[in-house]
Amino acid sequence: MKYMLLINSPAEETPECDQPSFEEWVAYDKAVREAGVFVAGESLADLTTATAVRVDSSGGRTVTDGPFAETREILGGFYVIDVPDLDVALDWAARCPGARAGSVVVRPVAEF
Amino acid sequence: MDRPATDPPTDPRAEPVAAAGSSVEAVFREERGRLLAALVRRFGDLDLAEEVTSEAIEAALVHWPVSGVPPKPGAWLMTTARRRAVDRLRRDRAYAARLALLQVEADRAAGAPPAGPDGELPDERLQLFFTCAHPALPAEDRVALTLRCLAGLTTPEVARTFLLPQATMAKRIVRAKNKIRQARIPFRVPDAHELPERLPGVLQVIYSIFTEGYAASSGPDLQRLDLAEEAIRLARILRRLLPGEREVAGLLALMLLIHARRAARIGPGGELVLLDEQDRGRWDRTMIEEGQTLVVAALTGGPPGFYGVQAAIAALHDEAADVATTDWPQIVALYDVLLSIDPSPVIALNRAVAVALRDGPEQGLALLDELAGEPRLRGYPPYATARAELLWRLGRGPEAAAAYREALALAGTEPERAHLRRRLRECEAAG
Repeated sequence: MKYMLLINSPAEETPECDQPSFEEWVAYDKAVREAGVFVAGESLADLTTATAVRVDSSGGRTVTDGPFAETREILGGFYVIDVPDLDVALDWAARCPGARAGSVVVRPVAEF
Repeated sequence: MDRPATDPPTDPRAEPVAAAGSSVEAVFREERGRLLAALVRRFGDLDLAEEVTSEAIEAALVHWPVSGVPPKPGAWLMTTARRRAVDRLRRDRAYAARLALLQVEADRAAGAPPAGPDGELPDERLQLFFTCAHPALPAEDRVALTLRCLAGLTTPEVARTFLLPQATMAKRIVRAKNKIRQARIPFRVPDAHELPERLPGVLQVIYSIFTEGYAASSGPDLQRLDLAEEAIRLARILRRLLPGEREVAGLLALMLLIHARRAARIGPGGELVLLDEQDRGRWDRTMIEEGQTLVVAALTGGPPGFYGVQAAIAALHDEAADVATTDWPQIVALYDVLLSIDPSPVIALNRAVAVALRDGPEQGLALLDELAGEPRLRGYPPYATARAELLWRLGRGPEAAAAYREALALAGTEPERAHLRRRLRECEAAG
């Protein structure tokens, strides 16, 4: 069963918030791969580099600098893992360094 | 003084009420949970397990009165249910393929299912407790699922306990079952190292069923199921399944020690009777004794737990002949322990009330006023009521009346409001 782990970080870094180190991310990534559960995973570039595209009913394209709304948390990266059940997925989410500074949302990948 | 600090916030119904539905159904209630759990284990799907559990029980209701109850009723039901499930899977190949995949993965995660001794059903209900109380489900869904799957209530019965329309409850249960299936919440007992994190969730579900029973108003709702007794029944099952877990003993003890006072808690007119005015001769001594034994088990062999300490406080109330001779120093000491486990303002409030009884209303009031800034106590009826009682005892009538008015505006149930109106009238008459 595949689950996506959406790694969110707070929009504004507060001084007391525990920012994981680069080494911790490398160690986590290594653990996910070595456990044989890794399907995909990327870290996203800064939100200021995001661009939003919308297409209206007549096919017209609008391109704008994202983001549009004030958000408290920003998607910073993701993993897709393949594990037997939600409990195992939640364990991987809890081990993720991003769960300390922000939150990791676990979403099952839909099966068709 | 008024209510014991560990009590649920409102009154119970006066008398235990016979379970709704036919009495024959009630006989199967215990069996239903066991059967359902075993079938969930076998097929890894709650929907299928529920469907064939109901079918097997229906079949039993048809056959047993004619051919007699089989020597191993549990095994008979299991065989019948399994046959129905296999029929269903033969009819629906796509469904079967999906379930087969689920099962392979479930076995990969949990190991092979244990064999039952001499053909009787192994008790698999523990894993169902943990699935129904899984933290990934919304809190209200956990309670609904536990009542449905483990207490064996029907959806209309669960809906009645929540005072919700049947369709709303049906939707909620479907939503919860969908999440279990689609997000694949496993049917498994957490490992020993996970238990400290997961068991409190199961206990919380049972205790909230119990307090929901006590929040029930009297009168028109006397036909509702006795939720407090369902909660006690669930805790008894859990106690058998986890005999070594002291907090399970603590929770069962706490509920028994509170429920033992049920007959004395409601007056002849359906009004709430507080602890200091209860006829203690009407307390259920057998239930108190059982609770006391469990308190000892709960507090022996390790650090005290949240429910164990609350049960010890309830036991001290139950052992006292009246409020005056209650062991208040010991109760205050237990609240100190409880605060070290769970530093919540509600517990601090209860401790302040106990201090008032140990040292006098002035000391209690001083502690209450220190808690005035707590956001969780703002708009919390027991806080306003406790202040009102202590102000009244100190002869500060107008202030007491104001606090009673505040409590009256917040109180949830009619018997509670009636009690507060009565106190308010006394204040106003005196002032």
